[in-house]
Amino acid sequence: MSQFLMPSLGADMESAILMEWHVKVGDEVKKGQVIAEIETSKGVIEIEVFQDGIIEELLVEEETECKVGTPLALISQKEQSTPVVEIKEPKEESTVQKSVEKVVKPKEKIVEKAPTIEIKSDRIKASPIARKKAKELGVDISSIVTKSGIIHLSDIEPKNTESKEIKRKTKQQNTKDSMRDAIAKAMSLSNKEIPHYYLNTTINITPALNYLEELNKERGIAKRILPAALLIRACVKALQKVPQLNGFWIDESHQIAKEINPGVAIALRSGGLITPALLDTATLTLDETMEKFGDLIKRTRSGKLKGSELSTQTITITNLGDLGVEEVYGVIYPPQVAIIGLGKIHESPWAVDDTIAVRKVLKATIAGDHRATDGRTGALFLDTLDKILQNPKELL
Amino acid sequence: MNKDELKNIIIEEIQNIAPDIEEDDISMKENIQTSLEIDSFDFLNILVALNKRVGVEVPESDYAKVDTLEHMIEYFEQRL
Repeated sequence: MSQFLMPSLGADMESAILMEWHVKVGDEVKKGQVIAEIETSKGVIEIEVFQDGIIEELLVEEETECKVGTPLALISQKEQSTPVVEIKEPKEESTVQKSVEKVVKPKEKIVEKAPTIEIKSDRIKASPIARKKAKELGVDISSIVTKSGIIHLSDIEPKNTESKEIKRKTKQQNTKDSMRDAIAKAMSLSNKEIPHYYLNTTINITPALNYLEELNKERGIAKRILPAALLIRACVKALQKVPQLNGFWIDESHQIAKEINPGVAIALRSGGLITPALLDTATLTLDETMEKFGDLIKRTRSGKLKGSELSTQTITITNLGDLGVEEVYGVIYPPQVAIIGLGKIHESPWAVDDTIAVRKVLKATIAGDHRATDGRTGALFLDTLDKILQNPKELL
Repeated sequence: MNKDELKNIIIEEIQNIAPDIEEDDISMKENIQTSLEIDSFDFLNILVALNKRVGVEVPESDYAKVDTLEHMIEYFEQRL
């Protein structure tokens, strides 16, 4: 028997509200399965179990605020692993269909087992955008009745505009403030404790961009690769060669992480920023990196991240190029030991043999934790990144 | 499809990607990405959505021709 605890999703998280259980007592769970949703300053996060087992007891009721480390559930080890997965699929289907026929059913019955997103859309039929708007406005979609039975964006407009508008503003303000507080705490701690060193290099990115252009010419618009994804792929390749920067400083010692899970800084449109992890990127091709990155951005902005994506970052990559700045020096997010900064791709005079030509260049920076590594390691990383980007074929 | 219809479709798709943007925020002549803080991913998503709606695919080499709402409407109109 083991306890399932409220996870810590980053150094800046102290507590969270357990919003909804996705399992009930007696359910069999698999490693990596989402068993609950919690609300944090970073939005609603799906949290996963890290072992196979059976839910013995749920210790916390829904909508309870819990400190990090609070036991949430008891999980017993499973005696034998049976191949339940194959059988589960059709079961889920029938549960879903049933719940559509009889819309009013006890919550647990409907939520049971099936993947969150699909189930949610079946509880009440509403378009994703309508759902999003309703959430923003604080409108309860179950209270909306439409002729077709399906709720569209236009049905969501607040009826009592004034009071709802105020409500929405306050709610947004609250989330924004708590995120601001959380970032303030983590960054203050970082600046107080981590002796940063900073390095910068200018990389000629023309060969990589030409290569991408050729690649994208042959593809449909939905399959195009963006420079941002290519750059992540290049950083990951460089980290494989200079692994010292990919890891943690914990208990006065430097630990190099096995997997490369770069936390990528993603700005939220409402303000604030989240750096969720792209998981195990070393195993991804360029196409997969693009696909996973796109998916991560979408889920970050719609508030559907997984707990593991907020707790397993091994390094941070921040790309402020879209905003038009040439270089960015980051503040390391503890317990990580480095942050990579990528600036705007811009045209610049560039020495080619004996003449000067115009090339597209990018300034890459690294901030490293001097307790863990020295400038030499950071320099080696930037040099490796440069070399990799001169030979973009290897990034596929 | 006339200019007004195209304009409405484009605005709709921009708002689908960035729901916080009001119609009044979108100027005809300003750069869509910088004035509305739309990053390269969102911009690509808007073009993908417009390709589905309008049936015109914008190659990367033509991105400069679709930088503002006005240019984008013209670009699509010429290629319908």
